[in-house]
Amino acid sequence: MTEHHLTTPLNQDDIKELQAGDIVYLSGTVYTARDEAHLRILELTDEGKPLPFDLEGAVIYHCGPLMQQEGGEDWRAVAAGPTTSARMTDMTPELLDNYNVRAIIGKGGMKDIATVLKDRCVYLAYTGGCAALAVDMIKDVKGVHWLKLGMPEAVWVLEVQEFGPLIVGVDALGTDLFGEVMDQAGDYFIKNI
Amino acid sequence: MSTLNLFSVSDAVEGIIRQAETCLPNDVIKALKNAREMESENRARAQLDAILKNILIADNRTIPMCQDTGILVFFVDIGRDVCIDFNLEEAIRHGVKQATKSVPLRPNAVEPLTRQNSGDNTGDGLPDINYSFVDGKAIKITVAPKGAGSENMSAIQMLKPSQVDSVKRFVVETVLKAGGMPCPPTIVGVGIGGSFDKSARLAKRSLLRDLDDMNDFELELLDAINSLNIGAMGLGGRTTALAVHVEKGHCHTASLPVAVNIQCWANRHASVILEAGND
Repeated sequence: MTEHHLTTPLNQDDIKELQAGDIVYLSGTVYTARDEAHLRILELTDEGKPLPFDLEGAVIYHCGPLMQQEGGEDWRAVAAGPTTSARMTDMTPELLDNYNVRAIIGKGGMKDIATVLKDRCVYLAYTGGCAALAVDMIKDVKGVHWLKLGMPEAVWVLEVQEFGPLIVGVDALGTDLFGEVMDQAGDYFIKNI
Repeated sequence: MSTLNLFSVSDAVEGIIRQAETCLPNDVIKALKNAREMESENRARAQLDAILKNILIADNRTIPMCQDTGILVFFVDIGRDVCIDFNLEEAIRHGVKQATKSVPLRPNAVEPLTRQNSGDNTGDGLPDINYSFVDGKAIKITVAPKGAGSENMSAIQMLKPSQVDSVKRFVVETVLKAGGMPCPPTIVGVGIGGSFDKSARLAKRSLLRDLDDMNDFELELLDAINSLNIGAMGLGGRTTALAVHVEKGHCHTASLPVAVNIQCWANRHASVILEAGND
């Protein structure tokens, strides 16, 4: 279980060092994106239009944060833990085929995703529900896109420092920790219940 | 004793929402600490450590422990001797709107098909308010904010009357299918009997019970679930569920409805008792 400290943007060499079960602390920029943002990204991609943000070497955070803006002040994060990644499973292959996203942060893993991520992206698990803890590691809200999708569904550009501990749930070498745990659980269920 | 009116109720509702969102009940914290002590896997320990640290930060700063502040489910027990001469439902809705701004809560309520967000956590049928009548001259209001990660993993099955032995299998299978998605360690609420919708309501209400309070059947289910070793956040480990609670109700002789309502580790709920003043 090696500990890594990485800074965005990430390149292919950065992520090939990571093995399932390793711990990562991440600094730099992360983009929140969940259901509606994924749909919007893929819609613009299909239409051949550019995105208003740069996903080259980027980190996507499956997160619908609770944000606050008092008066005319800048936005600040109040609570920002991960959302269930499984909802984005079907949209992830097309996302990765079109953009060099190098890491996805989320919770719960994504079914059969190891082959999709192989050689190009890693899945980093952040503890579900730990939204107050996450805020301590978000240093700045650099911007927001598509706010009309609603606060949880908008793309928030967050500046993070030593964000973690993140566990490498799926590495770029083909290992999926969640898949291994579920295979064992499934075997137990078939044999004993 | 407080005077019961629209404003006192909406202020009290705002107060219990804040409490529920920022501070977990002691029995839940105790169960999480026990799970941490019993855990031998490093990865699971790291998850439980993060959860316990998160709970402390949220409580100390009075901020929501999870960004998914849920949809707001209320259980209102109305004393038979209470005279309510104001719009109780409007008072609760108003409390929700106030809390959305003051706690603050993430606006989670959307129209189901257009996905348009109402912005204040209210809408058609939201907040979800369940009334029942009890003895006495007080109103007890309980709020249980329900996050979607765990709610989405819940399931209902209309078993045949001959399938009583399949109840356990369905409960464990539902937890298996949920894997790491509902933020384990979870609390598993099971409603057996009633009707299609009543079983789900029994399951939801069972989540409010003290976690230590489990009978032999519930402990058997808990043991089967934890033998799956899905563990905290689905990364493997001994504790997949902190508790299993079962509530039963009589049902039609031709039916056996079973509902499984999964609750994430953040088993948030808080109550207030409002007594009618001078009478």
